[in-house]
Amino acid sequence: MIGIFFWLFAALLTVSGLLAITRRNAVSAALWAAVSFIAIAGIFVLLQAYFLAVVEVLVYAGAIMVLFLFVIMLLNLREEDLQVLEGPRLHILGVLLAAGFLGGLVWTCRRAGLYDAKNGAIKMTAESVGETKSLAAPLFMEYVLPFEIASFLLLAAIVGAVLITKKRLT
Amino acid sequence: MKLLWTVVEVSVVATVVLPTTAALLVWAERRVSAFMQDRLGPNRVGPAGLLQPIADLLKFMFKEDVVPGHVNKVMYVLAPALSLVPALVAFAVVPYARGMAIADLNVGILLVFAVSSMAVYGVTIGGWASNSKYSLLGGVRASAQMISYELALGLSVVPVLLVVGDLNMQAIVQWQADHVWLVVPLFPVWVIFLVSSYAETNRLPFDCPEAETELVAGYHTEYSSMKFALFFLAEYIHMITASALSVALFFGGWSLPGVTFPDGSMGTLLSGLVFAGKTGAFLFLFIWVRWTLPRFRYDQLMDLGWKRLLPASLVLILATAGGVALLGGTN
Repeated sequence: MIGIFFWLFAALLTVSGLLAITRRNAVSAALWAAVSFIAIAGIFVLLQAYFLAVVEVLVYAGAIMVLFLFVIMLLNLREEDLQVLEGPRLHILGVLLAAGFLGGLVWTCRRAGLYDAKNGAIKMTAESVGETKSLAAPLFMEYVLPFEIASFLLLAAIVGAVLITKKRLT
Repeated sequence: MKLLWTVVEVSVVATVVLPTTAALLVWAERRVSAFMQDRLGPNRVGPAGLLQPIADLLKFMFKEDVVPGHVNKVMYVLAPALSLVPALVAFAVVPYARGMAIADLNVGILLVFAVSSMAVYGVTIGGWASNSKYSLLGGVRASAQMISYELALGLSVVPVLLVVGDLNMQAIVQWQADHVWLVVPLFPVWVIFLVSSYAETNRLPFDCPEAETELVAGYHTEYSSMKFALFFLAEYIHMITASALSVALFFGGWSLPGVTFPDGSMGTLLSGLVFAGKTGAFLFLFIWVRWTLPRFRYDQLMDLGWKRLLPASLVLILATAGGVALLGGTN
């Protein structure tokens, strides 16, 4: 039963992800990206990581993509405007970035001992990610310093964004 | 058996309870607003006009379903459904009676926020796909407004979670049944929650996305017939969910102070009636506010959300966390 749902969500994720990067229309691309986030949330649910599933929908599909959509609609992008960005250079850069990201992910999983070499898959620790508490404990105790550094970076980015949009500081 | 019961529960709630309540709410809104303006309101169809919603529904169904030539057809047709589905799904975790909820999830309250954060898509896409100035402005306003107030709304729930120590809706209600209604210690938090939920449901005084004096009808200007009715229904179901959440999080849910419900199905039924009664009171408040307060200007709306409610809710989280730490906490 769970197997069927996994393949359903995985197929949805792959298809919507591909559509998100190939659609010419910026609004459709954003919407397909939102669908892919929901598919990811579905896979999290199958792993019994309910908290992650809900946060995935809440933050990515519910907030970040809506902001994207808001900006796209405000700018009213047309296809001609996007032609500037075409060309092989951008494609090569994109593939390199994606490969780099995937490599980093695999490396981190191996280092953290999550990689099961025998089956060639990530070890599942379902019971450890389902509960809010078991997620919060390492985040706010063991890894509190990286966590705070990340939030500090975000804060700096917000201040920077406000500063850029303010034409003149009085 | 469990699965069968869930299927029955879902179909009854999604196709009977919520739409009927929404229809009655439309009737109540028209009657109450009429009384507030010294009119009578709809009173011809059925006793006291109670069958008016049925007449309205028939009218919606038999009106010509116009799809204007200049719209993005796929998105235009999709938008009303995108608007209604999250409204229905969000109700799933509401603990509507003792021990009863369609989905009794450990992350219940977060699910409500996750699902209702999807509601903005229907409105935004509807506004964009209509390909008209007024609709687009309405859609853009809706997305900015709902994102802004989601923050204050989400943060205003954190103190509740700090006090109760659980994300499960039933646990939150049970805690209030055992101790005290959370509105008593967390009154300012509830005020922020209420104001934000009015903004989230696009209701007056925050109905900028469909401000008829500026935007004709905002995001649903180009919609007619049943598609318009779906937007309409979604808005009213959002109101029901928002009221039910206010009851469950701050006003003790199905519990009454000093009252112990008898065991068995009788007690469950009575607790359900208590919950319905409290939710009804909040729905009346929605109507009352709408016909009392004028609309905010858009910059005032943003000002209130970002410069007042957001900092205020952060301070309240800090204060509540301090209080919980001082008093020893719940877990």
